[in-house]
Amino acid sequence: MNCTVRVASPLRSYTNGSAQVQAEGRTVRDLLADLDRRYPGMRFRMIDEQDRMRPHIRLFVNTTAVDTLGDEVQPGDTLHLICALSGG
Amino acid sequence: MASTLWVGTRKGAFALRADTRRRSWKLAGPQFLGQIIHHIVQDPREPKVLLMAAKTGHLGPTVFRSKDRGRSWKEAAQPPAFRKSLDGEQPKAVDIVFYLAPGHASERGTWYAGASPAGIFRSEDGGDHWEPVAGFNDHPMLTTWVQGPGSPIGQLLHSISVDPGDPNHLYLGVSSGGVFESTDAGRDWTPLNHGCAADFLPDPDPAYGHDPHCVAMHPARPDRLYQQNHCGIYRIDRPSQRWTRIGQAMPKKIGDIGFPIVLHPDDPDKAWVFPMDGTTVWPRTSVGGRPAVYVTRNAGRTWQRLDRGLPRTQGWFTVLRQAMCADGDSKRLGVYFGTTAGEVWASGNEGESWRCIARHLPQIYSVTHAT
Repeated sequence: MNCTVRVASPLRSYTNGSAQVQAEGRTVRDLLADLDRRYPGMRFRMIDEQDRMRPHIRLFVNTTAVDTLGDEVQPGDTLHLICALSGG
Repeated sequence: MASTLWVGTRKGAFALRADTRRRSWKLAGPQFLGQIIHHIVQDPREPKVLLMAAKTGHLGPTVFRSKDRGRSWKEAAQPPAFRKSLDGEQPKAVDIVFYLAPGHASERGTWYAGASPAGIFRSEDGGDHWEPVAGFNDHPMLTTWVQGPGSPIGQLLHSISVDPGDPNHLYLGVSSGGVFESTDAGRDWTPLNHGCAADFLPDPDPAYGHDPHCVAMHPARPDRLYQQNHCGIYRIDRPSQRWTRIGQAMPKKIGDIGFPIVLHPDDPDKAWVFPMDGTTVWPRTSVGGRPAVYVTRNAGRTWQRLDRGLPRTQGWFTVLRQAMCADGDSKRLGVYFGTTAGEVWASGNEGESWRCIARHLPQIYSVTHAT
């Protein structure tokens, strides 16, 4: 399934500057794995080695916050990779 | 010998480059603007290679590698990370890659990294892929040795030293936890802290739980280590198991509290420290607002103040543990430090006189020398 991924500015060094890219999969985990294949290293900056979202990362599918990486996605959904406030 | 000082800051990496006479320094950068750079280290086995420990406020920690003296950088394919936690275990994830150390001269491509929370990682391919050192990270005593949050940014594993005479012989420091030694390439570890004060613990001579800020093995005499601890300055000459508080010879009004300690590359009796105020609520700034470096030339028996060129008053410097270094010019050693207020100071004569070679930088976390 093809989804749109909106990429926050701190992560665009991985996407050659693109704010929007495509990824395939049935779950958020699949989409992140596909992103990491296309843009190596990107997943680990968002998801730690215990598969937890890092403290200042938020993921949304359309307008719904992602609870777990197993959350399912539908064709045409948009995954938002959001970098939340982290201080100065 | 051309010199480069790599400056890791809270907002990116900078380079200060000088010609062989080290009279004129030119600032370049920033690279990785906005990223938090804790350490930048040259590979003495392949001087074109540098590793950089980085993260951002949002993104997780990683390592960048350069094969062209810092002109271009590539991210590690597999940055340092703990193993997956088992059911019932407290999950652990690397928050900061804090410290980088090249491996033994005979082990080309081998590197070590120290992290927060306390963990040590090893790469055998020049820093591209990293594996946890299970002998320490999974040691059954680790949660006893290393307790509490450690420094304000978390537990810190730092000061990884590899014995030049034996690649299996390693030391490391943990804030807080103490100094630990391995003689079997990291498969097992033993605390090495007796003699060090831990004024924040009730036991007057505990085996572990200390707060070493910076530990340095002398490269030409690896049985000698120096340590700037939260509770004083120490030296140990192995095989002794007991540190000696050489900071007791410092002037009483200055004390022996600070973060960095720097050694002469050839002379094992010479070391430099940057004392900071550890009284009352621990300001950790230059004592009395009068910054000074102190040097010992006799392994800590006596200390001399070195402050020519530094502010005479109202200079409230804080120098972090990785923000002071020496270059390799053993005949006329250059000594350097960076402050949390973004200034880099240089001495081309072993600290006898100082001048500011960069200012207005972001908060400085590390200053390292490269050729």
